[in-house]
Amino acid sequence: MTITTPRNTSGTPLVPAAPPVTAPEPEATVTFTVDGIETTVPKGTLVIRAAEQLGIQIPRFCDHPLLAPAGACRQCLVEVWAPGRDGNVAKMPKPQASCTLEATPGMQVKTQHTSPEADKAQHGVMELLLINHPLDCPVCDKGGECPLQNQAMSNGRAATRFVDVKRTFPKPIAVSTQILLDRERCVLCQRCTRFSEEIAGDVWIDLQKRGAQQQIGTFDTQVLGFAGDAPVGASTVDTSGRPFASYFSGNTVQICPVGALTSAAYRFRARPFDLVSTPGVAEHDANGSAIRVDHRRGVVLRRLAGDDPVVNQEWITDKDRFGFHWQSAPDRVTTPMVRRRGADGTRGELEPCSWVEALDTAAEGLRTAIAGPGVGVLPGGRLTLEDAYAYGKLARVALGTNDVDHRARPHSAEETAFLTHHVAGRTLQVTFADLVAAPAVLCVAYEPEEEGGIVFLRLRGSVVAGRTRVFSVAALASRGLERLDGTLLAAAPGTEPEVLDAIATGADDVLGTTAEALAAEGAVIVVGERAASVPGTLTAVLRLAERTGARVAWIPRRAGERGAIEAGTLPTLLPGGRPVADAAARADIAATWGVDELPATPGRSADEILAAAAEGRLGALVVGGVDPADHADPAVARAALDAVPFVVSLEVRRSEVTDRADVVLPVAPPVEKPGTFVTWEGRPRPFPQALTTTQLADHRVLDRLADALGVDLGLQTLTAVHDELDRLGGWGGARGDAPATDPAEPPAVPPGHAVLATWHQLLDAGRLQDGEQYLAGTAKRTVARVSPATAQAAGLADGDDVAVSTDRGTVTVPVQVTDMADHVVWLPTNPRGAAVRDVLGAVAGTVVRLERAGESDAPLVVDGATGPVSGDAADAVAGVRADEEEQA
Amino acid sequence: MAEQRKKKARPGATPASSGGQVQRTARTGGEVDRPADEGYRSLIEKRSGLGELLAPVAGFGVTFSNMFRPTVTEQYPRERVPTKPRYHGRHQLNRYADGLEKCIGCELCAWACPADAIYVEGADNTPEQQFSPGERYGRVYQINYLRCIFCGLCIEACPTRALTMTNEYELAGPTRPGMIWEKQDLLAPLREGQLSTPHPMVEGTTDTEYYRGEVTGTTDEQVAWVAEHRPEDPTLPENRAKGATVPDLGATRLAQREITAGAHRQGGAR
Repeated sequence: MTITTPRNTSGTPLVPAAPPVTAPEPEATVTFTVDGIETTVPKGTLVIRAAEQLGIQIPRFCDHPLLAPAGACRQCLVEVWAPGRDGNVAKMPKPQASCTLEATPGMQVKTQHTSPEADKAQHGVMELLLINHPLDCPVCDKGGECPLQNQAMSNGRAATRFVDVKRTFPKPIAVSTQILLDRERCVLCQRCTRFSEEIAGDVWIDLQKRGAQQQIGTFDTQVLGFAGDAPVGASTVDTSGRPFASYFSGNTVQICPVGALTSAAYRFRARPFDLVSTPGVAEHDANGSAIRVDHRRGVVLRRLAGDDPVVNQEWITDKDRFGFHWQSAPDRVTTPMVRRRGADGTRGELEPCSWVEALDTAAEGLRTAIAGPGVGVLPGGRLTLEDAYAYGKLARVALGTNDVDHRARPHSAEETAFLTHHVAGRTLQVTFADLVAAPAVLCVAYEPEEEGGIVFLRLRGSVVAGRTRVFSVAALASRGLERLDGTLLAAAPGTEPEVLDAIATGADDVLGTTAEALAAEGAVIVVGERAASVPGTLTAVLRLAERTGARVAWIPRRAGERGAIEAGTLPTLLPGGRPVADAAARADIAATWGVDELPATPGRSADEILAAAAEGRLGALVVGGVDPADHADPAVARAALDAVPFVVSLEVRRSEVTDRADVVLPVAPPVEKPGTFVTWEGRPRPFPQALTTTQLADHRVLDRLADALGVDLGLQTLTAVHDELDRLGGWGGARGDAPATDPAEPPAVPPGHAVLATWHQLLDAGRLQDGEQYLAGTAKRTVARVSPATAQAAGLADGDDVAVSTDRGTVTVPVQVTDMADHVVWLPTNPRGAAVRDVLGAVAGTVVRLERAGESDAPLVVDGATGPVSGDAADAVAGVRADEEEQA
Repeated sequence: MAEQRKKKARPGATPASSGGQVQRTARTGGEVDRPADEGYRSLIEKRSGLGELLAPVAGFGVTFSNMFRPTVTEQYPRERVPTKPRYHGRHQLNRYADGLEKCIGCELCAWACPADAIYVEGADNTPEQQFSPGERYGRVYQINYLRCIFCGLCIEACPTRALTMTNEYELAGPTRPGMIWEKQDLLAPLREGQLSTPHPMVEGTTDTEYYRGEVTGTTDEQVAWVAEHRPEDPTLPENRAKGATVPDLGATRLAQREITAGAHRQGGAR
């Protein structure tokens, strides 16, 4: 399908692969020679890059293709001859740094291969760099994959002439719970500082001091605007007492050309030469970032960013990098289990059993339900394309229902219509390339940094390059938006449709500016999955797109959402965007699946399925990786799982569903199965299996389950699934209707109350971040944000504890007074210990009570090792010797 | 070539007596082609006269002459003859003078090993659990003596001289798992004056002082630390004075001995 070239089938594959990117024809070229070899490169190419293309390796440390040239390390010196004003080719008086030197016509470059002078210069620089570099390669994590080690061998002296004492520092500094800094290993290449400045935009380390004392250190974060976004974990504090916060800090560990920056999670765990590397795709978000999984003896030890210029370039978020321990958590389900009910009808205990018994029990229970009130299927949003497809096919073919919905989050009928109409079957219509080429990007119900990660980095690159302006319809300007130099179109939750409709040319202030910007060719409206929780938003977005000509991209959070839509796990959708209501589409699918007919009535959404189950109108549920707490009302989800007579759960780890399941079938996490994630763009991202395992992918388990039900799904192998997806192909027929939902009247806000605004932070209490204490320490601290007026009305001062409550519960967190819409309180959706949906039973737009709960014990700025992180991370930081350098 | 040698040995023999030739008689199918049987012909030249008469006696010359030479037979295992000093015997993980381990878990030995016999995992030293000087120590250290070829490349790779080879060569064992020696089997036994790990480094020193050999024994603070955290530790001077025995064999080796001893009791071996 996606991975292979299309076979001899008519039409396009279900999820076609992206066409290869061809470099644009350069407007002007330069011809010059390197080591006597003539080459022609686009104008502006750096000499070091041109030499690379010829296969000539020039040693370097500071040079990185994605960072601006710095010329910091001086390792890439070459001899250069260039035509002067008189036209005579003359030698430049001194060797030149090839990483900052643009090629010019007629230039003659001699590298260390042909010029003894360049070779001697490089040896000299290497000797200088090594003067203070410790000889601790055996204990250094970089040893074995270290550019300094390698190039010291290839371009350095065999023995040192330095006889004095090397400069040492107390080591290591814990920049955060995750990032450790050994300053004596640093060669001051500034890759890390340039990354944090140019790419991530959160400057958390910088050069300090001068001359021989120059070093990398943490920086005054107060000056850099970190107020309020402090991490929960311990991290090194600077003189202002403020710690670091960054979601992208792990990238600096990877690009550090020496072992100066290391990660606490991987420190001393392995050596590169005994790791096996497998390419992979990150499972944490819908970007499909290319990663590399390094494992040893069946244990994943680290993940690194892969190199994919069209998706994530060479960067990934810290969540993608460090959040992999969940896949080997101690609560993994390893064998099938059945619950043996007592003779008196009481719920028994789950007991491990054989696959045959589990499948037979599941089939028996499902058969009873099919004959009775029916079965609902909740696959969850983290599946691969193949697995989601199997869920959809199982529901339609074996269970005879369209009651299948992967959305384990707040959703609406409007969203179903939007996805059917605008998203399903339309792959690669807006891509990362379109996003970074867009003159204007409007984010609606979407926080690029918190909910996107790589989308934020790509957008920021484009903003920094001066191509893109970012606008955001949100309750407040987050720090992510500030770093995108974005414009806020303030909208209290519930008023988004109103604000979107007000964006019109001729309107004064920012609304008019936004309309003009969106009218430009190539503008994009990015709408997040949160739009579903405010009625009328998606309708208004489509209206705005029609009005301005901007294109709409829908970006969900979870890795499997887009693939699931293509695979047809929505109650109104069959694979490839075919509407269930369309008889031709049904016939098309039925023919491929070899069945007489498919259920014609569109099914119920996840909320409706759960409500029906809670009321006893459903006979059984087949549940994938779903956490009840993720649903709009977790209480209903739990009640449904309690009330429904029969629950089949396919899970990687024990969860709340396991406790309520009658049959538990273990499935493999992404690292133990091959599959394909589909990015928000609709780009297929196939990945191979990294670890050997006895666990099965969901589609194989579902195939066996269907077999036990007497139905042959024919999805036993990945190849079989791909063949079937290829045969299905895309859909050229009619799409579903566009949503037409009127916005609801914003609720009245009584005194002492506020409307809840909320979104997920990148690092929170998510199940896929379990078991990684070092990463948890870099999550942002939980604060509530209110405007000055709202704070005053509720009697709150900056730093007080505020009790945000509904009839169901109370969340007490420190408050931070922020410049934002009035009568609104913002809370992160799912921080550790204060999950909004679970505790408050509230979603964005709910009216909540605000009360002062006294002075906050914890200051907004946490000090050093006093953070609430416990266990390994605290130990790691406690074990780090205090920075005694100032006393020295 | 063989033919040439034959010619030299038997100049009178007919050359190329169809050595490679194959008899092709009537076939019934299924036969294998093989050279014709030529019978046995000795390669030793036939002697004549007196030489032939004395030939059996000459054979005893070797026997008689050796009767008057010193014997070379070693009565192993009843007598154990020391090896040459640089003999490649089993490995040992050495300790510094105060008992801290020299191994830093760098895995260079595993990298150097041509037989893939070594497996190492490193880990962090913490103030509570200090096994070696500096930040890193070898948490897991295994040598598989079913694979080890005793080439000594691991010894050359070791940056801290933690791994050396002893002259011990009696490495046979009754079980396969028992042939994978763990860290506790390989660690050098604790001599008088050494403390078992973990315990803190000598105060005021770094790993550099340890590498340079400037640490020459335990300090009172180290003894006090161990006495506080592990009062029963047999390596503590007071416990040694009371006659506590410090085991010098690891669990794997003890288990192997137990099995061997059991086999002996059953009369299998003497």
